[in-house]
Amino acid sequence: MDEVVRLIDVVKIYSMGEERVEAMKGVSFTVRRGEFVSIMGASGSGKSTCMNILGCLDVPTRGSYFLDGVNVGELSADALAEVRNRKLGFVFQGFNLLARTTARQNVELPLVYAQIPAAERKVRALEALEKVGLAGREGHYSNQLSGGQQQRVAIARALVNRPSIILADEPTGNLDSRTSIEIMSIFQELNRQGITIIMVTHEPDVAAFTGRHIIFRDGRIISDEPYLAKTAVPPAEVQQ
Amino acid sequence: MTTLWQSLLIALRALRVNKMRALLTMLGIIIGIAAVIAMVAIGAGASKMISDQISSIGSNLLLVLPGSVTSGGMRSGSGGTQTLTYDDARAIKAECPSVAAVAPNVRGAGQVVYGNQNWSTVVYGVTPEMVDVRDWTIVAGRNITQSDVDGATKNCLIGQTVADNLFGGTDPIGKIIRIKKIPFTVVGLLGRKGQSPQGQDQDDVIYVPLRTAQRKLLGSQFPNVVGSIMVQAKDAEVLDKAEEEVKELLNQRHRIGPNREVDYTIRNLSELLAVTEQSSKVMSILLGSVASISLVVGGIGIMNIMLVSVTERTREIGIRIAIGAKRRDILLQFLTEAVLLTTCGGVIGMLLGIIGARLVAGLVGWPTLISVNTIVIAFAFSAGVGVFFGFYPARKAASLNPIDALRYE
Repeated sequence: MDEVVRLIDVVKIYSMGEERVEAMKGVSFTVRRGEFVSIMGASGSGKSTCMNILGCLDVPTRGSYFLDGVNVGELSADALAEVRNRKLGFVFQGFNLLARTTARQNVELPLVYAQIPAAERKVRALEALEKVGLAGREGHYSNQLSGGQQQRVAIARALVNRPSIILADEPTGNLDSRTSIEIMSIFQELNRQGITIIMVTHEPDVAAFTGRHIIFRDGRIISDEPYLAKTAVPPAEVQQ
Repeated sequence: MTTLWQSLLIALRALRVNKMRALLTMLGIIIGIAAVIAMVAIGAGASKMISDQISSIGSNLLLVLPGSVTSGGMRSGSGGTQTLTYDDARAIKAECPSVAAVAPNVRGAGQVVYGNQNWSTVVYGVTPEMVDVRDWTIVAGRNITQSDVDGATKNCLIGQTVADNLFGGTDPIGKIIRIKKIPFTVVGLLGRKGQSPQGQDQDDVIYVPLRTAQRKLLGSQFPNVVGSIMVQAKDAEVLDKAEEEVKELLNQRHRIGPNREVDYTIRNLSELLAVTEQSSKVMSILLGSVASISLVVGGIGIMNIMLVSVTERTREIGIRIAIGAKRRDILLQFLTEAVLLTTCGGVIGMLLGIIGARLVAGLVGWPTLISVNTIVIAFAFSAGVGVFFGFYPARKAASLNPIDALRYE
């Protein structure tokens, strides 16, 4: 069975003082290895909460989440940190690179926490940077890079630990449409190489690059169907 | 978990980014440690100087002085009579087991003449033991001997001040000087001792044989009487015991009974040392508490800045947690940063403290004493301040919710 993610009837309730907000009201879905899934929905639909749970940054109030067959809800905080480190790669809307740190050092960060020796860290970081087309830029500081380049560094950082899934939260939200397409092409390329990607977005154009659309509304999935790239603009055409 | 080394690298990078702020943050610790080091160094130097002065009198000493006596309703002060004799001194030496040496002496003032120089000084009649009891060194010539005492020879030892004033640098040994017009041969030159705790020049002195002084210089009616007897105990532990023995012996010899007043007094010179030690201890505690207040203030400064730093770097913390840092990695990172700040401050403070102590010492002319202990303690203390005041901010960082932290602007 090559299921990477299985959510079973996940409920997430936030209580802020008196008020109880039910962000997820029983969400179930599975993701198989090698899929490229986009999660869509208006703001407040529960897609970000779902992403936090998928990312092991938060745990479900009820229901269970299996990642690579492991019930994440039963893990300790330290074990969750390890899961985030080894099985997940994050790409954020705001890039979230460390300031005043070089591209290579940023990419190496997950390896530092995985206690990989420095020499190996360097090799793997350079390899990941090459994959996202930033070979030769490893010495640049994050503030010397354009938005698109910063996001590529972030993708390299997500890749470097050879995770089971890459989780991308609005990865093109801060980028212009041209750069967005570049970034999405990188994701597509990585997906073609067999990496599972789950992405949150609210832009149909961006979602069009993915193979499956899950749509949230009011904490529930209202639609989950494979997407055939009939309307997607072929990447080659845009790049001209 | 990252190794300590990794956290150290991260901390160094973080401090490098904010050099000015790091320095200002350290300032409290720098001043605190510098103050501790300087004060302890100066204090220890000063108290060493004082205890050196005190031990220059000689160590483990009892001073036996003639007591007061009542005649016709009038009580004289202590030392007002002449109740101690050379025989008392010999008896103490012979019969008190805790006593190592006894130095009876008489004291007088006299004008000394050599060639066309003259000088007024203090002349003591002593026995050879005086040199040992008072820890004198003889830098040239020899000590006076028991046969000098028995034969009442006209040989003498002179102190450095006398030598300087009479001989002005030329060798005094073998020269004839006149003390109260009586010619004496200088047989030995005493080493330099400097000031006594009371500020007297201890080198302004001439030692002549006891008998010579009694018979020829002071012209006493009672040639056997001595002015005081210095008694040296075998060691510091038996000093009190020696005092008891001397007291018992003298009571017996002077037939002191229930209705006869004690006609001598015994002073324990180690009490002087104890008093000085006590006062320098009080001084140290005082200086130490002032310094630790400044360290605490410095520590609060560190905590303040670390809290600011945690808030500023909330997003960074969020990223690190998302990427797989454990709570204790974050805790260790911020704790390392705080400890690095304080220990850097500690080292800088130490250097400034040593320089400051040297400077003050140079100006005032006090010696300074910087022990390895002080440095180790100061270093450990600054690291301890870092751990103590860095823990709360570090824990705050480690307990951040990564979702909120990532969203933090």
